[in-house]
Amino acid sequence: MLKFPIYLDYSATTPVDPRVAAKMIPWLTEHFGNPASRSHAYGWDAEAAVEEAREQVAKLVNADPKEIVWTSGATESNNLAIKGAAHFYSGKGKHIITLRTEHKAVLDTFRELEREGFEATYLDPKEDGLIDLDAFRAALRPDTVLVSIMFVNNEIGVIQPIAEIGEICREKGIIFHVDAAQATGKVVIDLDKLKVDLMSFSAHKTYGPKGIGALYVRRKPRIRLEAQMHGGGHERGLRSGTLATHQIVGMGEAFRIAREEMGAENERIRMLRDRLLKGLQDIEATYVNGDLEARVPHNLNISFAYVEGESLIMAIKEVAVSSGSACTSASLEPSYVLRALGREDELAHSSIRFSIGRFTTEEEIDFTIDLLHRKIGKLRELSPLWEMVKEGIDLNTVQWAHH
Amino acid sequence: MFAPVYLDHNASAPLLDAVREAMLPWLGARFGNASSRHEYGRAARRAIDDARARVAAAVGAHPTEVVFTSGGSEANNLFIKGAAARMKPGLVQVSAIEHPCVREPARQLVRAGWTLAEMPADADGRVELDALDVRAQLVSVMAANNETGVLQDISAFATAAKRQGAWLHTDAVQALGKIPVDFRALGVAAMTLSAHKIGGPQGAGALVLDKRVDLEPLIAGGGHERGLRSGTENIAAIVGFGVACEEAVAALGARREAMQAQRALIERCVAEQGGSVFGAGAERLPNTCYFALPGIDGETLVGKLDRAGFAVASGAACSSASPEPSRTLTAMGVAADLARGAVRVSVGASTTMQDVNDFCGALARVADELRGLRAMAAA
Amino acid sequence: MAYSDKLLDHYENPRNVGSFGKEDDDVGTGMVGAPACGDVMKLQIKVGADGIIEDAKFKTYGCGSAIASSSLVTEWVKGKTLDQALEIKNTAIAEELALPPVKIHCSILAEDAIKAAVEDYRKKHGTTSSADAA
Repeated sequence: MLKFPIYLDYSATTPVDPRVAAKMIPWLTEHFGNPASRSHAYGWDAEAAVEEAREQVAKLVNADPKEIVWTSGATESNNLAIKGAAHFYSGKGKHIITLRTEHKAVLDTFRELEREGFEATYLDPKEDGLIDLDAFRAALRPDTVLVSIMFVNNEIGVIQPIAEIGEICREKGIIFHVDAAQATGKVVIDLDKLKVDLMSFSAHKTYGPKGIGALYVRRKPRIRLEAQMHGGGHERGLRSGTLATHQIVGMGEAFRIAREEMGAENERIRMLRDRLLKGLQDIEATYVNGDLEARVPHNLNISFAYVEGESLIMAIKEVAVSSGSACTSASLEPSYVLRALGREDELAHSSIRFSIGRFTTEEEIDFTIDLLHRKIGKLRELSPLWEMVKEGIDLNTVQWAHH
Repeated sequence: MFAPVYLDHNASAPLLDAVREAMLPWLGARFGNASSRHEYGRAARRAIDDARARVAAAVGAHPTEVVFTSGGSEANNLFIKGAAARMKPGLVQVSAIEHPCVREPARQLVRAGWTLAEMPADADGRVELDALDVRAQLVSVMAANNETGVLQDISAFATAAKRQGAWLHTDAVQALGKIPVDFRALGVAAMTLSAHKIGGPQGAGALVLDKRVDLEPLIAGGGHERGLRSGTENIAAIVGFGVACEEAVAALGARREAMQAQRALIERCVAEQGGSVFGAGAERLPNTCYFALPGIDGETLVGKLDRAGFAVASGAACSSASPEPSRTLTAMGVAADLARGAVRVSVGASTTMQDVNDFCGALARVADELRGLRAMAAA
Repeated sequence: MAYSDKLLDHYENPRNVGSFGKEDDDVGTGMVGAPACGDVMKLQIKVGADGIIEDAKFKTYGCGSAIASSSLVTEWVKGKTLDQALEIKNTAIAEELALPPVKIHCSILAEDAIKAAVEDYRKKHGTTSSADAA
């Protein structure tokens, strides 16, 4: 039996895995201590649970538990990493580099640093969404102090060449931060090999709870940060504030499951994604956004030309998907990520991000394919652009009445 | 787990049943991202709006004045650093008894060109209004101290601050749920709240903020919470926070009397042991008893009580790893020897009269034992 | 975003979808908006010898509110004279469909589409007002 709406928006957030919830609930009942309480068992128990979770998170990315700092989520991690490192090392230089297709949590933080006097370079990705390594090398300057590139893009799912970028940064002594919110459980992350200095994680994109994340802070060579939240000196002074034990426990369990199951799970998800792609590709005038090879299997971002994205989302309300990223979908702007790939606006307007996850079924995929066929057909019937294209008119030659 | 009697509610209060019930669906089938426009997301957005209204109602604020954060520490940091960032550096004043998550961000401002001055407290732990400098632009005084429970005259500070055009912030994390807290009546520019001190979950708090205050966010990216606090909302915790606020305020009248009676019993017992209660001369939270028994080390007493089955604190949880005497007591002019004996007992919604009676018995036994040891050592 | 039942009805069951011959003498065509803005509306009116709009058709590329707005105006213009059609204001469209504030531009576009269609018809007939057409 299909349950509606079918959830195909796993990149926005994932359900908490029932096993994760089961592990969290005791921490919402009998175990309620403050992990910073040092004088009684309630506190000690909580502290032990927090440390076990830290190990689980570290294990997924092959890091030392001491390198993991808890935060309230990837957005805070990105802020802490970027501002914290830029401030701490600002004596070495004030030039910072990122990609135009990064998450807002990175872009907005860069803008803030610009207001403080840093100089930022926003690299254009190639048409396939991947970083242009030559352009990247060319952008480096003697005063470049920090580079921030996301591991997996949240909208188009492309995987950036983190290993190569890391080598370049390390060679030049530049701090390298990676937003891996969309990468955990989807790609293998080995921080023993990758030359990454700082990496942001989120629990709720990997079947853990919302409100908890972590920042990896390399110890060898040691990376230092200026804290953003000061107080009781929690997390070795890098992040003060009472930690939510149940959420941390949940993140630990979610990352443990991810480590143990990602191999098999990703194969199953790849099969579903390929089925979806095949099913949608025979609709005329559809384009996949972003490289299909260097891409997580969970993501399919497709533009249906001559159909407007929001009306399409309304038409396919039996499936919960996203047009553009969740954070920006309150605005009417076309996706800035697709624009950065050089997509024409009318294509950017009609893009849909399907993101597949742990609980997606083949039946759900088949229903979605059929639904899209019907609804795209109907909306194109309605579309004056489609009519003109069918009449052989080149839309680029039309004088539009902008207003 | 062996379950000691929990008398450390000022560190963290057990989750209320109604809160847990309200939260669980958000760890299950209702998992949407509140920024998503499909039904999963819209349901999450409605839940957040609803929680915001409950939090606002509990403290006499407008829902749009509530900015959700990951907790009290973040809210304090957000206000102090955020407000300062949009002002010309001047004088910032915080009381000498503030929690580190107010004191430390205030100290950070010094690097940005601010001058920091602390306002001292009197022997009973009351912050001295006279110490407010007319040049101060940014002032923070906690509504109730986490260790002593001593209440501050926030309205008086607010009136004075207003007169000189300063923003007054109050950390009301300990006050909420224990005494009435009214944002409008207090007249402060900003106020910090925390969920887990009132039977809500850890991981949620709020800054209640007068919209005239221009604030730079601490966490950028995505524009959540009117741009003041980005990041996917922690819906389960926010929902729990809303219910906890409602429960705390609804039960306040009855609970206050119960807490007062329980504390009176504890303090009688402390007096029988020849102990002294800190801040006893001041108005205090009804649930907090901060005391020392002469000649008995606080850490030792707390350890013994823990083994006897009672969870209490020797100081603020955050700083309890440090062997130094409490800053609050030092600020009150308490001699270091006596301060090292400090033990905090804080009762709460789940505490029964039986718990308190048992505690008094245990305190007497443990104190006798420790005094016996001391006598033996002296002999 | 919560949409009104009327809006959803027009979106799900749009009225008068289609096209008339653009070159037909009795047809006025208005095409407004731009793909880059996310909305393109094409409204066509068929005008009788008596100067009354006999029929109307539309095609719209745009959000649900844009589709509903254009569907609604095809119903509204029918039976009206050109001048009466020009009196349809975007506020009336917005009110009828209970458009949320961020979607008001859709009603403006629909009003513009009527104006453009009428103008196109009048251009074909070398007239500028209904007085001349009569």
